[in-house]
Amino acid sequence: MPVDVEARVIRNTRLSSDYNVIALAAPDIAAATAPGQFVMVKLGRGSTPLLRRPFSVFEVLRTNGHIEGLTLLSKRVGVTTQMLFDAVEGDVVSCLGPLGKPYTPVDPPTEAWMVAGGVGLAPFATLTEVLRAGGTSVTLFYGARTDRDLFYLDWFRDRGVRLVLATEDGSLGDHGRITKPLERELHKGAGGLQPSGAAAGDVMIYACGPEPMLEAVAHVAARYERPCEVSVERVMGCGLGGCYSCVIPVRDGPMGHHYVRSCLGGPVFAADQIAWEAH
Amino acid sequence: MTTRDLSVQIGPLTLKNPVVAASGCFGYGVEYAHVVDLSLLGGVAVKGLFLAPREGHPPERIVETPAGMLNAIGLQGIGVDRFIREKLPELRDRRATVIVNICGSTLDEYVELARILSDADGVAALELNISCPNIKEGGITFGCSLTGTYDVVSAVKKVTPLPVIPKLTPNVTDVASFARASEDAGADAVSLVNTFLAMAIDVETRRPKLSNIVGGLSGPAIRPIAVRMVYECRRTVKIPVIGMGGIASATDALEFMIAGASAVQVGTANFVDPFIWSKLLDGIRDYMQRHDIARVADLTGTIDTTAREKEWISS
Repeated sequence: MPVDVEARVIRNTRLSSDYNVIALAAPDIAAATAPGQFVMVKLGRGSTPLLRRPFSVFEVLRTNGHIEGLTLLSKRVGVTTQMLFDAVEGDVVSCLGPLGKPYTPVDPPTEAWMVAGGVGLAPFATLTEVLRAGGTSVTLFYGARTDRDLFYLDWFRDRGVRLVLATEDGSLGDHGRITKPLERELHKGAGGLQPSGAAAGDVMIYACGPEPMLEAVAHVAARYERPCEVSVERVMGCGLGGCYSCVIPVRDGPMGHHYVRSCLGGPVFAADQIAWEAH
Repeated sequence: MTTRDLSVQIGPLTLKNPVVAASGCFGYGVEYAHVVDLSLLGGVAVKGLFLAPREGHPPERIVETPAGMLNAIGLQGIGVDRFIREKLPELRDRRATVIVNICGSTLDEYVELARILSDADGVAALELNISCPNIKEGGITFGCSLTGTYDVVSAVKKVTPLPVIPKLTPNVTDVASFARASEDAGADAVSLVNTFLAMAIDVETRRPKLSNIVGGLSGPAIRPIAVRMVYECRRTVKIPVIGMGGIASATDALEFMIAGASAVQVGTANFVDPFIWSKLLDGIRDYMQRHDIARVADLTGTIDTTAREKEWISS
């Protein structure tokens, strides 16, 4: 059951001129969160902004084994993200959660390949911790516009995650979209894999990022017959299934599709469930 | 502490308190059963139902505007059969007072829905959606014509023993005349307001912010207009008025009741705070305590418009 917490800002770390990581004292939500779940956040009093905004839980903060709270990874694009960027220690943020369907972690010998685009890195810190605790080998494919927008690389390296990077300006890693190295590695059958099904070991792909990236990852995963889960981001009004705003077309037989509320049916969906062509 | 009577009478229907979840803002109610005890609400007005399932509009379906939001969902819904089969039993088990909001493209569809729901177990009242601004056919075309309103209300009344509550649109010149047409046709109450037809444009791309181009405005931005409309309807008709429009606190709910509402519905505020219900009820109880009001129903329409007396203001 989700709870609504008036969470104190523990600290606010600016990663760049647009990105920040805000730590919130919401231990009850943090303790109940599974990787890929989200919270609905509201700052300030009154009607500006009026509605909450959804954020994936980024990290669960632990001090000496004790859960202190959670963090959110935010990119400044609108009113709420601006307020999150400007927040200072001691401010209060209304935080409702945890909400939504999480990712399905795999167990060894299946490998986990996480594909993140920009702020879509958010669900992969908690997913990494769950996967690594189970001994699963984890690779992070992480793309952004430029190297200055790639964050937490050491955090992932410290946890034994293999990094594959791409930037659109070529400043770090592959020059171009992150699907380029993803497809290359699937093609060469990394980790003892053969393309198209003849697998020595299996790979599960997890993706989060802009929808065109998710669609591209879904197509690549389908081509190499790898299971894939994507976390979608839609305009969300309530997070609890009340407003019917955040719908996404989900397959309904070979031809049809119907709209499913991504707050309840998602935000994590099996990639082949989504009717990408209906977008 | 004296017991305070929060019950209100909506025609033949007794609600345990005046706070009702507004249609279109609370799913089918069951979505919220894990955060709120549905039996504590005065009522649950479920999402507008057609006979058949509907897909609704493509996204984007909502956009935030100053102190409000626009929506153009397009009445996505599971249709009446699935509602009765899949949702109503749980609502009944949870002892919710269920108000089913119904919508048709034709008068016959309203009649058919009313017939079907009258036979279902666990429906307390029917709210006639003749005011949704987001669908092309039916609905609001009834709600924007006095004869259309009269015809649909009287046709539904003929086939159902359930209380019938037409939900009125504010997108007319004189909403009180629609309340009167409803009363003349035998409505047990009226509810108002549905959303205000509105739009928003992204100036960078020059594209509408909603896929449907236009949508309905709700939230605190519309509250003063809605209060005025409730006040006008209360002065025009004898049947109870259920007021709504941007209610986000007990004070807002009380304002509607003093203006003339016998009960209120809360919609957009539930998106912001799904735990709002107990806060609203506590706030109403606190007000009754402070003003020594034994029955909340006695508050309805008690707006004092007499000339103000001069008061000493001591500082």
